Amino acid sequence: MNENVILPIGPQHPLLKEPMHFKFTIDGERIVDADIRLGYNHRGIEKACEARTYTQDLYMIERICGICSHTHATNFVQAVEEIMKAEIPSRAKYLRVVVAELERIHSHLLWLGVAGHEIGFDTLFMLSWRDREIVQDLLEIITGNRVNYGMNTIGGVRKDMSKEEISQCLAGLKTLEEQTLYFANVAQNETTFIRRVDGVGILPKDIAISHGAVGPTARGSGVDLDIRRDAPYAAYGEIPFQVITSDRGDVLGRTLVRVGETLEAIKIVRYCLEHLPEGPIVVKLPRKVQVGEAVTRYEAPRGECIHYVRANGSEKPDRVKVRAPTMANLVSIRHCLINQQIADIPIIVAAIDPCISCTDRTAVILKQDGSHKTEVIDWATLRKRAIYKKPLK
Amino acid sequence: MRRPGAIWRELVKNLRRKPATVLYPAERLEIPENFRGRPVFNPATCIGCMMCVRDCPAKAVKIEKVGEKKFSCTFYLDRCIYCGQCSDSCVKKSITMSHEFELACFDRSTLVDTKKEDAQAAK
Amino acid sequence: MLIELAKIVIFPGFLFLLAYSLFAQWLDRKLYARMQNRVGPPLVQPLADIVKLFSKETIIPASVDAFLFRVLPYFAFAGVTTSFLFLPVYSSTPVTSFPGDLVVVAYLLTIPTLVLSLSGWVSCNVYSVIGGIRCLSQLFAYEVPFFIALLTPAMLLETWNISEISKNLPSFLAAHPVYIIPVGVAFVVAVISLQGKLERKPFDIPDAETEIVAGPFTEYSGRLFGIFRLTLDMEMVVGVSLLAAIFLGGAMPFLGIPGLVMFFVKTFFILFILAYIKTAVGRIRIDHMVSFGWTTLAPVSILAMLFVVILHKGGLL
Repeated sequence: MNENVILPIGPQHPLLKEPMHFKFTIDGERIVDADIRLGYNHRGIEKACEARTYTQDLYMIERICGICSHTHATNFVQAVEEIMKAEIPSRAKYLRVVVAELERIHSHLLWLGVAGHEIGFDTLFMLSWRDREIVQDLLEIITGNRVNYGMNTIGGVRKDMSKEEISQCLAGLKTLEEQTLYFANVAQNETTFIRRVDGVGILPKDIAISHGAVGPTARGSGVDLDIRRDAPYAAYGEIPFQVITSDRGDVLGRTLVRVGETLEAIKIVRYCLEHLPEGPIVVKLPRKVQVGEAVTRYEAPRGECIHYVRANGSEKPDRVKVRAPTMANLVSIRHCLINQQIADIPIIVAAIDPCISCTDRTAVILKQDGSHKTEVIDWATLRKRAIYKKPLK
Repeated sequence: MRRPGAIWRELVKNLRRKPATVLYPAERLEIPENFRGRPVFNPATCIGCMMCVRDCPAKAVKIEKVGEKKFSCTFYLDRCIYCGQCSDSCVKKSITMSHEFELACFDRSTLVDTKKEDAQAAK
Repeated sequence: MLIELAKIVIFPGFLFLLAYSLFAQWLDRKLYARMQNRVGPPLVQPLADIVKLFSKETIIPASVDAFLFRVLPYFAFAGVTTSFLFLPVYSSTPVTSFPGDLVVVAYLLTIPTLVLSLSGWVSCNVYSVIGGIRCLSQLFAYEVPFFIALLTPAMLLETWNISEISKNLPSFLAAHPVYIIPVGVAFVVAVISLQGKLERKPFDIPDAETEIVAGPFTEYSGRLFGIFRLTLDMEMVVGVSLLAAIFLGGAMPFLGIPGLVMFFVKTFFILFILAYIKTAVGRIRIDHMVSFGWTTLAPVSILAMLFVVILHKGGLL
């Protein structure tokens, strides 16, 4: 028996919450090779942004991802504000950080639950998602919505926080901290959990750097990298916080980083709420954005997220480009998967916290006859083609 | 200390606790103040500046002139993403976001919500 | 003869087993849900699930051996149903009994696992085949400790008859309390290996949802899948009743209705332990499972047995 078995996973499989395709070559229970295919969930948001005004784009960009919606929205407005050379009020900056860190808590608790589910530990999944409701409720109190918060606007934030909301938020954070500590204890002591993550999916530090891993995936491999500290945006420059890293390099290391970051995020939110500066929350900015371009970096719960915006002086952007953190981390998955067992596939894939709809893109252009001939078109034509003209009824 | 069943504390607590599930139609959660539900139009103050129409990301608002300084507003609630940008853009605060969220229905056409100047006309 | 037939078909035979297995499934799911702070299913949910499965279309893939594919679920079903007839429910005498029926029950309980791995092979699906292989690898890990654990009380009482063991074990342990140690250890080993036999967490490796979809069941649907589901529920009840009969004295010390109540109390106790284990841990890997079976479960069960052999057979006590 020299032939290896191909184990296809996806685009429809209980392991994946979003469509993605893996082709595993397996030898018994061992993985010999892995192949990852994207492109099942491409939505063309970047192109659609070119047909809308900046205000409209904000809500579109926010809907790139359901979990890190504040990430994309903040990143986009920061890019636009940078082009406009606008300085936003410091209260708005703090409020952005509050929502961003609450989002990080919610994302990491969600991840912990998913990780538990992937290794069949459904109780951890149910309980961590139950306690995630607390942070979701806080977000709803602050912004008015559980997901797609709609907190940002170009020039500041849309909702202010009253004294009452701040005290509600602090009370919620207290319960949240107790529960997070409890989950941290479970994750570090439960034998069945530890045995499934200890030494699994090892990503050495040099590979993490050469493969461009970001966020908790990189920090779990000992790469000390955090955009919040390295290139502070919003109010992060004024807030004291620690960057959590782990030298383990396996899934356990990434788990510990995420749990540590959750606790750190609770501290950041508490600091922000206690030191919230007074003042306005928004500055009025013109609808038209002057010619220019900007790249902004943002530490999303999953890692570094990059937005590029080019403005042509009109109400609509000329180009919007998003590099979601999953795109950077996907590359390292293959290295982690090889020589592991089939049973480790779910947890290794889940360990980078993949968000496929953020990442997905298509690049193949096929002519009708099936040949791979591509055509070269100029920017103006491409832009014209991308914009739909048919108005909605 | 590593041991199987480290999660026991919460399990024992849960056995004596009421389930966390909210049995929705019977029990309801409190809706927070900032919640963005169905948009409500007030024709009395509308000046027809069309800012809401320009800013709506989903093209879900339509303002039509029905008379001298009188405007009717149509919300396409099936398309609306409940972002509340229209109420932010409105200079006269003619559009506000209510707390009504139970909008599910079988017929999509019933989600077209037109409000003419009926309240004014009655006076 | 009519009474015998009624015993086999209605009580305490097939229909009782069916009803109790649906109830046991409900109890298991409810406990699981409540420990996770959820509401859990209503009492009729297991029955509704089975009715739904039986009324749905059964799809048979084009590439499988249709005869074997259809017949396999019934094999498992028959094996489990038959084994229940040897277990005492409301008195010390089951429907049918002969010296050595313990071995027969243990073997009959192996049939579902073999059928599962075979149905995995028949299904011609990569997930099913992996599930089938895992079924068999796992079988080697838990079967030996399970047998040895069951034989510990049997060697103590020098009988391989289930009803004899259930009748005499409590009084024997009361007379010689030192034997509570090996029997207790054997009970723990038996509960853990039963968890493996029933393919429940942490040993639900053959049908690990996030890895290989539904394992051997991947291609099964409709009525055939319904039979499999029923079989697994019944296997749970049979396994639990077997442990209750061997280690906890079954319906003893009562007969008739109080005996039946006693039987329920003891089986609920074991069901609760099973549900608790299922809730408190995650799934382990197949290599962990096999090494756990051979480095922990088997030696511990052999030690318990050695204890009995040296003390009892050696005539020390």
